[in-house]
Amino acid sequence: MSFLGYVFMQRALIAGALIGAGAGTVGVYVVLRGFSFIGAGIAHAAFGGVAIAFLVGMDPLLGALVFSLLVAWGIAYTSRRAAIKEEVAVGVLFATSMALGIFLLSFIRGPRVDLLGYLFGNILAVSSRDLVLSFVLAGVVFLAVLFLYKEFLFIVFDPGMAEVAGFPVGLLQGALLSLVALTVVLSLRVVGAVLVAALLVIPAATAYQLVRDFHKMVFLSACIGVLEVIGGLIISFYLDTPSGPTIVLLSASLFGLVLLFRKGTR
Amino acid sequence: MSSVVELRGVWVDFGGHPVLEDITFSAAAGEFVSVVGPNGAGKTTLLKVILGLIRPRRGEVQVFGVPPWKLGKQRARIGYVPQVEEVDPRFPLRVLDVVLMGRYGALGLGRRPGAADRHAAVEALKLVGIAHLAGKPLGELSGGQRQRVFVARALAVKPELLLLDEPTTGIDPAASESFYELLRRIQKTGVTVIMVTHDVGVISRYVDKVACLNRRLVVHGRPEEVMADAALAEMYGCAALFFHHGRAPHMVVRPHSELREGRR
Ligand SMILES: Nc1ncnc2c1ncn2[C@@H]1O[C@H](COP(=O)(O)OP(=O)(O)OP(=O)(O)O)[C@@H](O)[C@H]1O
Ligand SMILES: [Mg+2]
Repeated sequence: MSFLGYVFMQRALIAGALIGAGAGTVGVYVVLRGFSFIGAGIAHAAFGGVAIAFLVGMDPLLGALVFSLLVAWGIAYTSRRAAIKEEVAVGVLFATSMALGIFLLSFIRGPRVDLLGYLFGNILAVSSRDLVLSFVLAGVVFLAVLFLYKEFLFIVFDPGMAEVAGFPVGLLQGALLSLVALTVVLSLRVVGAVLVAALLVIPAATAYQLVRDFHKMVFLSACIGVLEVIGGLIISFYLDTPSGPTIVLLSASLFGLVLLFRKGTR
Repeated sequence: MSSVVELRGVWVDFGGHPVLEDITFSAAAGEFVSVVGPNGAGKTTLLKVILGLIRPRRGEVQVFGVPPWKLGKQRARIGYVPQVEEVDPRFPLRVLDVVLMGRYGALGLGRRPGAADRHAAVEALKLVGIAHLAGKPLGELSGGQRQRVFVARALAVKPELLLLDEPTTGIDPAASESFYELLRRIQKTGVTVIMVTHDVGVISRYVDKVACLNRRLVVHGRPEEVMADAALAEMYGCAALFFHHGRAPHMVVRPHSELREGRR
């Protein structure tokens, strides 16, 4: 029986396509703004949210959503106030929420919590309820990028000028980081908290090597994201490996190939 | 007559130190004002006050009759060329896309640039003489060409008020000259131009009004007045003397101490 014959695989593949397209698109802004570290910070915060949700008996993905959105706005606010560098804020949050997550989860007795699944991704884990949430999250991400396409481009390329032109740069920055948070939560089941950040970076970085036009880069990065997540899922099905690392390794290989064979420097 | 820009008794502090002191200044519609002064004098700060990016500690600022931080959509009437454009030159954007950003403010949230905006961007590129570079990635331009792109972006706004912070930095002399000619043509159409510059040649030939700034500001009428003005020495904390050689004036700057010791 081929992988398409399994219901869990069908769900994982549908979720995977949404994840690849979402992370590929949002990743362009992340890469061009140098937000890679922030993506990692938000992902770890999401894991803290999962743990808290388990403790209070909430849906873990909803917990992750609330927590990572809070952190996204926290980072946006801190960086606006410029009291401390955003990297420092992220650096503190990064380890703290991870520690909090694992600390809290150690108190949970009874039904075993799929800790590894939330850390590294599990293709068996996508329930039909998760799939619905994936559609909602991906829908919000795509609509937001569609509506605020030029605004996000403006604040990423030249926030100072965007401010001069009268755009609410702080709010837009928060909105963009919220999209990072949504993408993280979207990817949590399949890719896992530890490795989501890679998915936000590698497809966009690969596209960046290939084109020098922003609009083409967005399109290409989304396509590469879909290919890599789907490809990684299929490989992980046959090799029986955790889906997150498989996807990331496939992505990194493709990135390496492009780096080797692309003409010229940039 | 209402002025386009009006500052009354404006004070700005950075970290408890005054950077602008009691600035009173106005620019009428269609006026060409240049702001001169030594490094750290507060020239860029003055432009940022006019843009509403810095709120003064004391005093009143009005642009188009309202405080600049309350301009809202009217901000789209201002074109701005910053002193240093802190953008990543390897950002994957084509020249035309960068110039199009000048149109974003007028479009407002959520609306994409259309054919009219693209047309305005191409026109702006023609004005600064680099229409042939429209399709090039920003990263493949020379420094001077990139500077012209940012000037074009400010012009694409079709501004009524144009603020330029040392816009000809890195632009070759011939191109600078035609750029000043261009500014004058733009000014003739009723646009108010405020330009920070160290280029004295431009002051004498194009400008209506010279604002000498060194924390405090003294406004002069015609450039000739500046050159005769002894107060300028005090302003700069060093002597700035203008000498005429034929038609092109030169500025010579010497440390104040040297002056006082009578070694001129
Ligand atoms: N963000 C800031 N924080 C603290 N001090 C500042 C800030 N920006 C400017 N300053 C200080 O304010 C003073 C005026 O700076 P400004 O940039 O306005 O000078 P300028 O006249 O434009 O100089 P230049 O000719 O070098 O461009 C300087 O002493 C500078 O150190
Ligand atoms: Mg300056």
